[in-house]
Amino acid sequence: MNEIDDDLLQRAHYWMRLTRALDDRGTFLHKQSKIVGGYFSQIGHEALSVAAALSLGPHDIIAPMHRDLGAYLVRGLTPRRILAQWLGRETGVTRGRDANLHGMGDLSLGIIGFISHLPASTGVIAGVAHAIKLKGEPRVAMCFFGDGSASQGLAHEAMNWASVFKLPMVIICENNQYAYSTPLSRQMAIEHIAQRAAGYGMPGVIVDGNDFVAVYRAAREAVERARAGGGPTFIECKTMRMRGHAIHDNMAYVPKELLAEWEARDPIARIEEVLRARGLLDDATLAALLARIEAELDEAQAFAEASPYPDPATLTDGVYA
Amino acid sequence: MTWDQGLHKTTTVLNGEQGTRELTYLEAIRAALRFEMQRDARVLLMGEDIGVYGGAFKVTQGLIEEFGEDRVIDTPMTELAMLYAAIGMSFEGFRPVVEMQFADFISTGFDAIVQFAATNHFRWRQPVPITVRAPGGGGLRAGPFHSQSNEAWFVHTPGLKVVAPATPADAYGLLLSAIRDPNPVIYYETKYLYRSLKGLVPEGDVPVPIGQAVVRRSGEELSIIAYGAMVQEALSAATVLEQDGHSIEVLDLRTLKPLDETAILATARKTGKVLIVHEANRTCGVGGEVAAIIVEQAFEYLDAPITRLAAPDTPVPYSPPLEDAYRPNAAKILAAARELLAY
Repeated sequence: MNEIDDDLLQRAHYWMRLTRALDDRGTFLHKQSKIVGGYFSQIGHEALSVAAALSLGPHDIIAPMHRDLGAYLVRGLTPRRILAQWLGRETGVTRGRDANLHGMGDLSLGIIGFISHLPASTGVIAGVAHAIKLKGEPRVAMCFFGDGSASQGLAHEAMNWASVFKLPMVIICENNQYAYSTPLSRQMAIEHIAQRAAGYGMPGVIVDGNDFVAVYRAAREAVERARAGGGPTFIECKTMRMRGHAIHDNMAYVPKELLAEWEARDPIARIEEVLRARGLLDDATLAALLARIEAELDEAQAFAEASPYPDPATLTDGVYA
Repeated sequence: MTWDQGLHKTTTVLNGEQGTRELTYLEAIRAALRFEMQRDARVLLMGEDIGVYGGAFKVTQGLIEEFGEDRVIDTPMTELAMLYAAIGMSFEGFRPVVEMQFADFISTGFDAIVQFAATNHFRWRQPVPITVRAPGGGGLRAGPFHSQSNEAWFVHTPGLKVVAPATPADAYGLLLSAIRDPNPVIYYETKYLYRSLKGLVPEGDVPVPIGQAVVRRSGEELSIIAYGAMVQEALSAATVLEQDGHSIEVLDLRTLKPLDETAILATARKTGKVLIVHEANRTCGVGGEVAAIIVEQAFEYLDAPITRLAAPDTPVPYSPPLEDAYRPNAAKILAAARELLAY
């Protein structure tokens, strides 16, 4: 059992609070029409994205998706670069070429940018893990996909590949109950996606995705197992998408009781309970942390808004390497 | 034995190629793979049945014995995961060469190529140096799903390069270039030529640059623009026409993306009559793009409408009379050329 020390818990709390504050700011900027196109809120996913990313070492590779904002932040993508990405600026991660969190790859930070065709990155991460194994390096590759992706053929192909070649790979499955408007019951005829892991010959673990400590322990164990040559692990994080698929979606199709149930399991409230119980957090320190985060985001937003848009003359740059 | 054993009735031996050894088209591909694997430890091969079995057509025969199973990887039957895995391997510094067994099966892995690999450098500036070998084309009585020429799908996709060698020397040199290119390259090799075409091939480090067409035969009256298996057919037709007193130029495109516009325009301006030939079906095929380039930039040089000779818009049929009706060949090129010469 990996014990969760105070320092880790406090760092995780910062990242989770930063994730939610940045997400709130994104929603606000979209309402101001400063962010154009779609916007995908990650509210409810802070524990799993931050815990999974914190379970990795600096040389490991991660492939998050559109609701894993916390993972990008933990790996070192700054709010400056992310806000500039959302605002379509030249200083954004993709220099205005891609939208939302899409394509926010930076191998110097060990991050692979994703495409909308989920779970594409699961196949890519299988290749990364395969390469790591061929090189004999003590590194791990981690990908994320959701309950909707679980119905895609590639999820099967990539998990099968990972097991056949016994790769150092960790699959974080964020089961947030809905793929756009499609509920789990229309996605699969089984109760847990993790049941499928047995069919690929890998361990399938089910955790409460809103509990930082539970996700971290499971992810850490899987990462250590992969690093030691034990092969891939599938971790199903049970969670809830607390907003619509994207900002335009009022998710009238989600029962109010279900949302209320998950509201009571808010991941940030839960880590703060643990912190308070350990004497690591009180109202004053929380207020100070939130003020620090708001100042950080104010500065980042100012940077992004002062950044230039991409020059249309550069439109065709980068089509080829 | 391979399943296509005995289907190649004749062997053409090319004259005039520069090289030191005579190889079949298939042997030239294997020689290129071997040369790159010896030269660069980052190069590895992936595919179904390519290792222990040596490949459905035996292109990779002997390579697993020489390079081991870490560099000649027999995979599950899973083109999509294979192509995505190749992308991931490239991020870790490898140069994967993925065999599709048949070009027809590339559709199974379409997303990985056109959505991920093709867009990646544009989006976050990370190159994807992978090569996808696509054994394409018909004439082997292999039916609708082992005969396709689907290169136009990829020519239409920004971010990809597409090559289609017509000779053993180009099969060798273009594969060296494809593997070294920092972009995803779809390498269309012509199954029909595997054992039916022999020619001299250079040894060693002699890549053929991507993006350069070559004049296979110089002439004055008519240009035939072709690629892949149709180059030999065009040359056969040109030989007959020469006996009739005509002077025919044959341009081998070699690279389909990016097209060599300079060479296309040069031959169109020189002869004023253009016949474009490809094995793929007509609509939105490469020939349409070649014709558009000529019309846009060399219209005033034309003495006749541009003619496209392509397969009809049907799946590739199995039965010999049907496939013969489907697939362009020297006789059909001859007829189309005579019509154009008489215009």
